[in-house]
Amino acid sequence: MKSALEIAAAVRGGQSALVAVEESLTAIRARNEELNVFLYVDEDGARAAAAHVDEQVRRGEDPGLLAGVPIALKDNLCTTGIPTTCSSKILEGWKPPYNATVVDRLVAQGAISMGKTNLDEFAMGSSTENSAFGPTRNPLDPARVPGGSSGGSAAAVASNMTPISLGSDTGGSIRQPAALCGLVGVKPTYGLVSRYGLIAFASSLDQIGPFAHSVSDAALLLEAIAGHDPLDSTSLPEPTPSLLAHVNDGVAGKRVAIVRELVDGADEDVVRAVNKAVETLKDAGATIVELSIPELHLGLSAYYLIAPAEASSNLARFDGVRFGNRIDGEDVTAMMEATRTAGFGAEVKRRIMLGTYALSAGYFDAYYGQALKVRTRMIEAFATAYQQVDMIIGATTPSVAFEFGSKTNDPMAMYLNDVFTIPTNLAGEATISVPFGTGEANLPIGVQLLGPGRSEARLFAAARVLEIADGRA
Amino acid sequence: MTEPLSRDDVAHVAKLARLRLTEDELVRYTEQLGKILVHAQDLSSLDLHGVAPTAHPFGLVNVVRNDEVRASLDPAPVLAQAPDVEDGRFAVPRIVGEAP
Repeated sequence: MKSALEIAAAVRGGQSALVAVEESLTAIRARNEELNVFLYVDEDGARAAAAHVDEQVRRGEDPGLLAGVPIALKDNLCTTGIPTTCSSKILEGWKPPYNATVVDRLVAQGAISMGKTNLDEFAMGSSTENSAFGPTRNPLDPARVPGGSSGGSAAAVASNMTPISLGSDTGGSIRQPAALCGLVGVKPTYGLVSRYGLIAFASSLDQIGPFAHSVSDAALLLEAIAGHDPLDSTSLPEPTPSLLAHVNDGVAGKRVAIVRELVDGADEDVVRAVNKAVETLKDAGATIVELSIPELHLGLSAYYLIAPAEASSNLARFDGVRFGNRIDGEDVTAMMEATRTAGFGAEVKRRIMLGTYALSAGYFDAYYGQALKVRTRMIEAFATAYQQVDMIIGATTPSVAFEFGSKTNDPMAMYLNDVFTIPTNLAGEATISVPFGTGEANLPIGVQLLGPGRSEARLFAAARVLEIADGRA
Repeated sequence: MTEPLSRDDVAHVAKLARLRLTEDELVRYTEQLGKILVHAQDLSSLDLHGVAPTAHPFGLVNVVRNDEVRASLDPAPVLAQAPDVEDGRFAVPRIVGEAP
């Protein structure tokens, strides 16, 4: 499949948008049953949108940055009249009455939604094994997980069903599947992309971001969806940054820190890839320093109190009253209990209870309160590091893609998969995962580049250096 | 390490969260949540006196819009997605008991 940039250029040049749409539909038909990537394929909607883009071109109008580019959407993004499930039985059959802001922006830029992709229920998980509609398989090795929670969106791009897709990242849910599927994945600065219409998991951590094969396509997609939105009060007021124009800026003169805590404990093949990436940036003119940020070790514990606490509050709205499914009961409390008990899966229940406990009287200070203070320390530690360097490099995940069932019985083992990705969510800063080299079983390895808020352009430029050195562009 | 939470704690939390647990689930969740909380105890040993809590990464203040009438969602498609509706409103089972 062509890149998003190539498709948009071809469509602007007069090629029918239906060409890429039909290619996408053919790829979906070929492997969706095997891989379980899309929960809903919007064939008619995609063809109609392609016809609309063609009509715009005929009239001499520019359809936008993503003219005729097929895209896959994680199924926690609201789409008017199109089922939106969060991979949960509690929302099965629900059709939102409005679009997420990112969906409106994609349409305004000429992109064509092919449908909705599988995820861990309510974005809680690291493998898509928590979906109520069955796991997604890794297109590179169907015996292994694609990562999660945005596993379907990662698999859609990795299997060339669409050139780009959107996911959401609360503790690594874009970067971890990107690493495991050999893709570029971006967790933008908190507030850069509107969360309006993203069904909330942990509101102070959630952020929507792109998946793509290349750094340029990821930059293009982020540029198309970023920018202030009055419908999201946490949206940053500044104008949309220019990203694509900077991907070839390189890293000459940039100071890069290799941070021990973002590598320690990773498998040998992953450590080797990170070290090689450091050498590559050095050869390209960056200055390398070694840093230790001990506070990062506390991230996992703080995250697994803060995220469940926010989730327990956010998911209180799923009570069988206004939307989704209802299981009847003799009174309203019995109805709500029956609805939630039947509607939520095991991991969602686990996190709701963990969060409820962390917020409950008598435990609030010891758990949630303490975690919020750790979050302050984390932000200060990053700020101190960024006084000395322009960016930080580390591993995205401790290992390459793992096999199905290998971590499902031990929640803590699954949570440890997020140890390198979580700190940046707590700090609200920008991070990119870029594929660099391969490890066990010839599977891809992801390297993470972290920077302060709104440093995306700088990170894309560094990721591009690694992409070229890795022979991917 | 202090004690992980008890079965009674889990039963209480489930009630607060409007979830019903089977006996088996109660046992399993007590063990699993206990393990997660034991891991979280590396936080309780830290001296964080005087550190301000952070609930939001950029410390935003309240954002308000101008007090102007503007379009909002049409009630019909919203209510069309509800489990039960009566007279243009969401309908729920009985909330309070019958009058004595």
